[in-house]
Amino acid sequence: MVSELINANPVIYEKKERRVRSVPTAAADEYAVEPIDQQEIFDHIRDIKDPEHPYSLEELKVITEDAIEVDDGRGYIRVTFTPTVEHCSMATVIGLCLRVKLLRSLPSRYKVDIRVAPGSHATEAAVNKQLNDKERVAAALENTSLLDMVDECISPSYE
Amino acid sequence: MELAKGLREIQKLEGHSDRVWSLAWNPVTGVAGIPLSFASCSGDKTVRIWEHNPSSSTSSWDCKAVLDETHTRTVRSCAWSPSGKFLATASFDATTAIWENVGGDYECVSTLEGHENEVKSVSWNPSGSLLATCGRDKTVWIWEVQPGNEFDCVAVLQGHTQDVKMVQWHPSRNLIFSCSYDNTVKIWADEGDDDDWACVQTLGETNNGHSSTVWALSFNDGGDKMVTCSDDLTLKIWGTDNENMQSTDDFVPWRHLCTLSGYHDRTIFSVHWSRDNIIASGAADDTIRFFVENDDKDGLVDGPSYKLLLKKEKAHDMDINSVQWSPGEDRILASAADDGTIKIWELTSAC
Repeated sequence: MVSELINANPVIYEKKERRVRSVPTAAADEYAVEPIDQQEIFDHIRDIKDPEHPYSLEELKVITEDAIEVDDGRGYIRVTFTPTVEHCSMATVIGLCLRVKLLRSLPSRYKVDIRVAPGSHATEAAVNKQLNDKERVAAALENTSLLDMVDECISPSYE
Repeated sequence: MELAKGLREIQKLEGHSDRVWSLAWNPVTGVAGIPLSFASCSGDKTVRIWEHNPSSSTSSWDCKAVLDETHTRTVRSCAWSPSGKFLATASFDATTAIWENVGGDYECVSTLEGHENEVKSVSWNPSGSLLATCGRDKTVWIWEVQPGNEFDCVAVLQGHTQDVKMVQWHPSRNLIFSCSYDNTVKIWADEGDDDDWACVQTLGETNNGHSSTVWALSFNDGGDKMVTCSDDLTLKIWGTDNENMQSTDDFVPWRHLCTLSGYHDRTIFSVHWSRDNIIASGAADDTIRFFVENDDKDGLVDGPSYKLLLKKEKAHDMDINSVQWSPGEDRILASAADDGTIKIWELTSAC
């Protein structure tokens, strides 16, 4: 079945160079709480695949490192993503992928908010409300076909 | 009233393997020597029954039963019938199960089907003859209890424009209150005494209502005041004319009394008004807060105002989904959280 793509010709951007994070030396206390920064969050989500293209969210500039805000003291993280087209019906799926990936990657003390960039989506408020209602998210993740789609997008790819 | 000074953690209860969404105290326990008991429900698809064991010196709360293999998805909320004999559980699997307590064993005696998808809340009326359920399909259903554990749907209430988060009967009047993702609270009344239910009032943003999802509501003991909590980070107090309410069968409208803002800094999921007028709230900021009416009025404020009595930061490691005061004389509160635990607290008057 050939279905029409929502954005048939997305613009592809260069991937950002991967920096090596400074790892604490062996002498450091291995039980010390390690603060989490923008770069670490970006590394967790940059390789998530777009639901309808064989490109990563980084390559499509759906997410950038600058769009990640971290308040490590309070454990608050906010990720702002930019759908490739204003009417992107995949926006909630992308948001769900971001939420699930961070849920599985970060310690449970972190509180994550996900939103679309202001002005980047036709139904911005509705998408944001849905993505931050944990009851709706919990119900969505009990939907097997949706969960399969999310798992497919966030599964590691070996290049 | 002696003001409370502190909050003491009595015990942390572990057993659920996923977030605990909700809990409900059995209303006939905690009196006449019957030990306190409550039910909790979870994303792990099970319901657990917990009971106080006054004779034990170490672990004073025990899990007495696990109700499983019935719901196939998250169990979102639970409610005891007024007699304490039946427990209703609402699930994302689109059903509501009715469990009968037979000498400590729980048997699923009925399954209510009808909602299109996730059922989010369930509530018994004060006499136990009717049940209300609500869910993602934007409707509220009313069920009549028939002999032989049969439940007949007598009305489907349509009016909310988004999923309905919670449904609650008024403690003494034949009224149903529902709150929703559409930011409103709706009040429903049986106008013709013939299952002719209609929405008689909508408390929305235009009448000082909430500006985001309303997650829960709770009544004071007299039933003339109500508190609501929301994703807009506020609690709101509403009131109705008590004298009018007693003297007439007609519906007496509710009005906004005051808004408590600037306290919780993430979504407030749960609120519960105690018999001695202490409002407890639990939120996604992991904090439990307690509020009381402000007695020392400065004469400038019109109507009642409320003040923060106490707060407990980091009450749980993750979001708090439910706070519920126990029946009985003591100021016992239970809280349920995303960290999979339940905590039992005592509000103490001693320093």
